[in-house]
Parts: sequence; structure tokens; C-alpha cells
Amino acid sequence: MYSVPFDYLCAHNIQEALKLLSEYGEEGRVIAGGQSLIPLMKLRLARPKCLVDIKRVPGLSFINKENGHLKVGALTTHRELGVSDLIRSDLPIMHEAAQVIADPQVRNLGTLVGALCQAEPSGDWAPVVLALGGRLKCVGQKGERVLEAKEFFVDAYTTLLQPGEILTEVNLPIPGARAGGAYLKVQRRAGDFAVAGVAVQLTLDEAGLCKDIGIGLSGAGLTPLRAVAVEELLRGRRISAEILEEASRCLAGSVDPISDLRGSSKYKTDVLKVTLKRAVQLAASRSKRS
Amino acid sequence: MPNSKRIEMKINGESYAAEVEPRLLLVDFLRVNARLTGTHVGCDTSNCGACTVMLDGLTVKSCTVFAVQADGREIFTVEGLSKDGKLHPIQESFRDHHALQCGYCTPGMMLSSLFLLSNKPNPTEEEVRKGISGNICLCTGYQHIVNAVLDVAKRGQRQQKKRPRSGKN
Repeated sequence: MYSVPFDYLCAHNIQEALKLLSEYGEEGRVIAGGQSLIPLMKLRLARPKCLVDIKRVPGLSFINKENGHLKVGALTTHRELGVSDLIRSDLPIMHEAAQVIADPQVRNLGTLVGALCQAEPSGDWAPVVLALGGRLKCVGQKGERVLEAKEFFVDAYTTLLQPGEILTEVNLPIPGARAGGAYLKVQRRAGDFAVAGVAVQLTLDEAGLCKDIGIGLSGAGLTPLRAVAVEELLRGRRISAEILEEASRCLAGSVDPISDLRGSSKYKTDVLKVTLKRAVQLAASRSKRS
Repeated sequence: MPNSKRIEMKINGESYAAEVEPRLLLVDFLRVNARLTGTHVGCDTSNCGACTVMLDGLTVKSCTVFAVQADGREIFTVEGLSKDGKLHPIQESFRDHHALQCGYCTPGMMLSSLFLLSNKPNPTEEEVRKGISGNICLCTGYQHIVNAVLDVAKRGQRQQKKRPRSGKN
């Protein structure tokens, strides 16, 4: 189906993009790759009056290493993240996730930032950015603000990004020594959204106890979720079969998956429990190897 | 058209220009405006990959790109594969391996194969399967397509070996 008619404006720098967006207020949407937005527009679930295309804004496509962080720009695509040596060496969990997002064609156009702004509850990037403790730089005409990923996703397909604002950069801390990460996704077929996805980024101390851990979930509710209660349970503990059993019970109490064509709420909860155990175990084994 | 926009793009090396509505999809620009009907519309929901074309050398699903986004860019479609009546090696291999039955997915399938082979000239079977994971075929069960793509790489090597011999003759 065709989308409703709209105006299409091409911005050539960020100031121009912000000015155009402010003119349309809530009726304006930013488009980069369009791989989340265009399907919604074709279903007429999204009906923006105006699209501001930022694809030709220079300086928004980058993967930079600065002060122990990797910074990813608004125009950086899934494919670029998936083939980046910097991502592979410094944030292997992102390298892993980039391989299972949709399919090659979508990865060639779609962006990390676009996926985060879409806030799809069964998407792959949000849980990974949550597990890593990422921060998001949002720029508006009145200035910029930096938001924690964990506060960004507020409701189904809804974020803290305000009309007229552009998310320009994702800032991800590079894990230190004895760190390990894993993103595991259960999908019905190649390229589908997750039935359930679990991202784990942890650090073990010298004694092998879990010093720090971040867990992000996909398919666990109306929004991408950070499993705070499970993180607290595992912090300071040795990763064993018993503690993982306890963690998966704790997880079941803190998620509320939506029943849909990918499975019932009960089924998704069970899949999340098993996937959590596997992901924590895998992250811990990778930590020991690093 | 009140909000129409003039766009111009190169398709298989030739320039095409038109005044279009921003909501016009790239696949319809190719099929209706440029009259290049080799690119198919399958699901129209970014799932099946029948509409796959290359945009500046990268495969994309042209049902999920607005034509205005391709303004000033280069498109490559299935019509660009054969040259002077001679089939592209991918087309030859698809024919020889019976990699198509109804043929509806074939244009997209061949472009995804081309993109894969241009990045990985000697892919493993698993890499081929991942490379065409964005393209759905309801006829073949995929095995013959996978065989065809694997054989393109092998044919390339055979040709390189053959060349010195044919030089002697």
C-alpha cells in the first residue's frame, strides 16, 4: 500500500534539518535509511506530513573511538557496524548483534539510531545498547541533551525524543579487562524480529565473581527492557547453574511479553528464561577467555 | 501534484528523470517511469526480496525506498546483468543449475547473489544461505539456487585455469 501524501525535504546540514523539523512540529519525521519508518508509513500506521531526509548531512556517519568509548553516528548503518574492525575488537557484542538484524538488504540501508528511535519492542539493537549502558545524544534547536538508554524507551514505539529533536550519536563505553558479552536471539525464521532476545555484558573480578553486569531484553514487554532485578541478583555472585536457575525465575517475574503471532506470553517468557541462562553463561565464558 | 519533486538517477548507466510524488516507491519508478519491469513486486512489505536492486552498489528492497531518496544516485537492476546478448555468469549458472522454476524471485535472487559474490568471491554454503536470506523463493527449496551461486565462484576459477591452455592452442 502507498503511504498518505507527504512533503519531502532534504537537509544539507544539521541546523537546516532542525529548522525544517521545528516548522512541522509533531507532523515532521526524520528519515535516514527508512527501514523502520517506511514499512509503518505504507501500513499507514505512521502518517507524517513531512519527512526531513538527513542522509545527505555530512559528518553523521562515523564509528569513532574516544576516551574509552565508541561513538556511532546517526547515519551509520547496520552493515557498517557489522563489518567494522573497531566494533569487532572493542564491542564484540555489537558485532554479533549486527549479523542477525533483519536481512542483508535492510542492513545496507537501516541505521542503529533509526532502530533505537523506532523503539520496536522485539528489535535487536535496543537490548544491546541497554546492556552496554549506552548514552544517546539528542540535538534540538535549543541545544543538546544526553539521555541514558535505560530511560529512553518509555512506551510502545515511544521514546523520550521530542518533536524537533534529532538523535545524532550513540555513545557506548568500551568494556575493560575480563569482560564478556553475548547477544542471543530466538527467531522463527531468518531475518524476523525476535521471539525473544537477550543481551548480556558482564565483567568478572579476579576471583571469578560477577563484578558488573548489564542485561537488555527484546520481546519482553511493550518496550525494550533492562532486567535490573536480575542484574542485582547476579552482581557479586559466581555464575553457576544454581544462580542461573534463580536468575531465570527472577526474570520471569519482571517481564510481561505480549501475546502475538510470534508466540503466547507464556511461551515467550519460557524462551526468555532459557535464553537468559545461555547468554549469561556464554558471556561469562567469553570473559574468562579475554 | 502539489508537493512533487523532480528527480534524476542513473539506472544501469543511463539517466532517467521525472517529476514524482514523494510517496512514489523506487520499485514503481523503475517499473512504471523507467519501464524496466525485470524488477518484481512480491510482498510489498520488505519481506520477500523480489524487488531487490542495487543502490550505489548496495542491495536494497526497492519497495521500501522512496524514489526521491534515490535522487542523484546510481541504480543497478537485473536488466544490467547481461551485456550484448551474452548472459552474466550468474545468469548462466542459474540456468544450468535449474535455480528457478516460476522465476518470480529470480531477479532479486541474482542481485543478492551478485552482492554476496562481490564481497566474498569464494563463499561457503552457509555464507551463500545467509547472503540470500533476504530473498524468499516458494518453488525451489533453495538448494539449486545455493548450488548455482557456489558454482559461479568455481566457474570463475576454472576459467582462470583454462586461459593459459587456450593460449597455447
